[in-house]
Order: sequence, then C-alpha cells, then structure tokens
Amino acid sequence: MLAALAIFPTMVSRYYIYLVALMLVTGLLASSLNMVLGFGGMYQFNHAVFYGVGAYAAALLTVRGGVNPWWGYLLGPVVAAALSLVMGLICVRLSKLYFGMLQISLGSLVWAVVFRWYSFTGGDDGMHGVPVPRLIGSIDGAYYFVLIVTVVCLAVMYLIVNSPFGRVFESIRDNPERAEAIGVNVRLHQLIGLVIAGFFGGVAGTLFVTVEGSVFPDMLFWTLSLEIIIMCLLGGWFTFLGPMLGGGMVVALRAVVGIYTDYWTMVLGIILMLLIFFLPQGVLGFFTARLGRGRAAGEGD
Amino acid sequence: MLKVKNLRKSFGPFLAVSDANLTVAQGEIVAVIGPNGAGKTTLFKLITGQLKPDQGQVVFKGQDIAGLSPHRVCRRGLSLSYQVVSVFPRMSVFENVRVAVLARRRQVLRLFTPAVRLAGKETWEILENVGLSDKAEVISGTLSHGDSKVLEMAIALGNRPELLIMDEPTAGMSPEETRATMGLIRRLNGDMGITILFCEHDMELVFNLAQRIMVMRQGKTIAQGTCDEVRCDENVQQAYLGGHGNA
Repeated sequence: MLAALAIFPTMVSRYYIYLVALMLVTGLLASSLNMVLGFGGMYQFNHAVFYGVGAYAAALLTVRGGVNPWWGYLLGPVVAAALSLVMGLICVRLSKLYFGMLQISLGSLVWAVVFRWYSFTGGDDGMHGVPVPRLIGSIDGAYYFVLIVTVVCLAVMYLIVNSPFGRVFESIRDNPERAEAIGVNVRLHQLIGLVIAGFFGGVAGTLFVTVEGSVFPDMLFWTLSLEIIIMCLLGGWFTFLGPMLGGGMVVALRAVVGIYTDYWTMVLGIILMLLIFFLPQGVLGFFTARLGRGRAAGEGD
Repeated sequence: MLKVKNLRKSFGPFLAVSDANLTVAQGEIVAVIGPNGAGKTTLFKLITGQLKPDQGQVVFKGQDIAGLSPHRVCRRGLSLSYQVVSVFPRMSVFENVRVAVLARRRQVLRLFTPAVRLAGKETWEILENVGLSDKAEVISGTLSHGDSKVLEMAIALGNRPELLIMDEPTAGMSPEETRATMGLIRRLNGDMGITILFCEHDMELVFNLAQRIMVMRQGKTIAQGTCDEVRCDENVQQAYLGGHGNA
C-alpha cells in the first residue's frame, strides 16, 4: 500500500496527485479527531477549528511574520495545540453533549474572528499564494512531503493509542466513572487527549497549506467539523485506520459527485443515513468484524 | 483503619444517610446489613468519594478523606467493587484489569511505551487468582453476569487496595458462583491481608464471612458488633431480622 502510494505520482496526471494528497491530508485530519472521538469517547464538535488555526498560523507566520515557511509548518501545529489546551480547560469539566455544545460556540467564535478580521486574516477571501519552500513547491514535492508527514504522524498516533495513555483513554471512553474510581485523573487525561488531537489537526492544516498554497475561513467552519466526524464514522471510529479510509472516501466522493451536482452536502447526508442503518461500525469496522468472525469460524473447524 | 463518624448525605429533601457510624480495623472482614433503601450503597459511595458528604468524617489511616475526589481516595489504598456491574465493556477482560494496575503504578500518562509491555505479569496473577484467566481475551461486555461480578473484583484488586469495599459482591450469582466468591474473599483477607468491608442481603453469607457487622436502618447506624452481639441486639431484631422473619 505504502509502496503504491510512493511510486504512484510517476504514473498519473497532476490532478490525481493533487487529489490523493488531499485525501491523505483529510485522512490525517479525521485520524487526529478520532484520537479523542473513537479512542477517548469525547464528542469534539469543533475539530475543524484546529485544522484551520494550524493552517492560518502557518500562513500568517510566513506571510505577515516573514518567518521561514519551515518554521511556519513547525509552529502551526503548536499554535493549534495551544488553542486546544485553552478550549479544553474551559470545556473539559462538562459532560458529553454540553462539552460538544460549548465547543461549537467557542469554535464559531474563532471562526468569526478569522472571517471578519480583513486586515489581518484576509476575511472571507482567505489568503492565497502563501509561499511554500522550494523543495516541496512542485506538486510532486508537495505530495511526497504530505505522504511522509502523514505516515510519521500516523505512526506516532499509533504509538499513543497503544500506550498506557491510550489504554486508559479507552477505559475513560467506556466508563469514566469507573476510570476515576481506579485512580485515574479523568479530566487531566481528557485534556491531554484534546491537546494531542489539536496538535495533529494542526499538522493536517499546515499540510493543506503545502498542497493548496492558500487558506480560507471555511476551513474552520462548523460544517467541516461535522464532515470530519462523518469521516470517522464512515471509516470506522473504533479502528485505527478507519478515519484515514473515511477521509479518503469523502474526498473522492466529493470530487466525483461534484462533477454532476452542486448538492454535495445532500449526498453526504444520504450516505450518513445509510451508514447509521447498515454499517454502524463503519466500513473498516465492518470488514474487521467479518474477518474476525471468519477466522474464529475457521479455528472452530 | 477506617472510621466513619456521623456521616450525613441528603438528595434534596430525601435524607439517604442521616447518621452513619462505622469502624473497621486492619485485617478484619466487616459487613454492613440493612433493609433495601437503608443507605448502604450511598454510604460506600460517600466513603470512596463518588458522593460528597454534607456532614461528618471519613478517617482512613488517620487522615480525613471525606470529600476527596474518587481518584485521590483510590490512590490512598481504598477500592470499591460495584453493586451494579461497572466495567469497561468494549475492552477485553485482560485490559480491564491492566488499566487498574497501570493506574496504581502511576503509569497512565506514558505516551510512547507500548502498553503490552507493562503490567502484564501482575494482571495475569490477578486473573489467575480470581479464576478468570481462561477468559482473559473475552470482550468484557459479553461476559455472563457472574463473571462480570468477578471482573469487578479483579479490577478493584488491580489497585492493590489495603481496604476493599464490596457492594453486594454475590448479588445475582448462582449458588456455585457464590461459594467460589466466598472462598475468594476469604483468600483475599487471609492470604493477601486485605481488609474487607462489604454489604450483602444473603444473611447466611454475612454471618459466615464477617467478623463484625454494622446494621443500618433508614440511613442510621443502629448497631455494630460481633455476629452474636448483633444477632441478640433488640433494636436489630425489631427493625430488621424480625421484620424479615426469615433470618
């Protein structure tokens, strides 16, 4: 799979390279949300904010701050993580739905600032022509950069999910009251989870800058936040690679459906409904469950 | 080891626990009995920090722990095994116990060490001790009721408590499971030196296991003493045993 992704740009047109790069970025974004959604059971309803803030931070540092774009890429995720920490401190004491609702409001606040502050963020036009380092300036270069960073991030996230931190995070998802009773500081744990998710969301945002060379306020809008949740559900939110698959699927579908109709969100809504009825575990969750059953049956013979 | 003094808790106008008093000495097995609604579960939740008392003291190993958050209470060596099964349903039996062991070892914030390398041996010993080792890989949400109750205890043991509080450990168990659990409780107390406080409706089990008994009624402690003392106590006979007519 990895090898196929590595040699793939030599064989196809620019458009497809761009599309696959976008799938990787979006997949990474969904995976970062799933750190708290699937593995922590926290309904993070404003995840796009960290994507957007990571991207804007990198772009603003480069364009307005005049720093080297590489530093922008490095600092973008840090800014996103810092914002996640601040929002987390405010929200984390609330339970499930209230947590999500307060997050939406805080996220909308950030969106409104970005959307209105013409002199600094470019308002609803966003920012275009953000300088990208020459090494990764070409579409091939950008693609390989995205591929490498995505793989590295996924590896780190995989480590975290399988660490004691990740295990305990899952136990909080399953039963926060009991987790507290066995000696876990649940709020601290959740806060750290949020910061991690915000950081990797920010990484995805900076990768988007590499691919597109521009940023715009829609990246922070709450509808995108919901789309990211749908990607996780679609791919399978209790599997590690499910969100990667879900993100890729949504990008691919939008590219195809977008040719025929403007009503992409309607199509997405129908997909979500079918998903809830027929594949509640998501695509990857469904297949791993089938595979598991098949294996168990095989052993039984 | 544990001393509860004049503990009081109300939910709105309803006084769940009005005046609870209890002492538990190191190494003892103590039972709390009382009719339904007497406030036993509330008392246990007050001791372990899941509820905050309105008044009164909970002294554990010489320090007042009333009102501390549950994870702080747990870290002092006091664990609760729940009446209503409360495990981590999507995780395997093994991981259920492992997280408790990790929590006790204060390793829960390690981000980059694989969890499979930590706490495996200790987790395995606990599962063998309680008799769940053959179900280690089963997803805990699919366990039978009796096995879930045993897992409850195993999770609490993962914290290696000095005082283990059990809220109706054998509720809903078959007679064989009940016998096995009684044996387990005796072993925990005898071999591992864990002090045990529990409540139970099965009087035979209570008088069999407990060295001392505390009796509650309508949120008040009405008697505490050895089994014989409690059996002969007039208040108790009137309020509880007589009322039931079957003990």
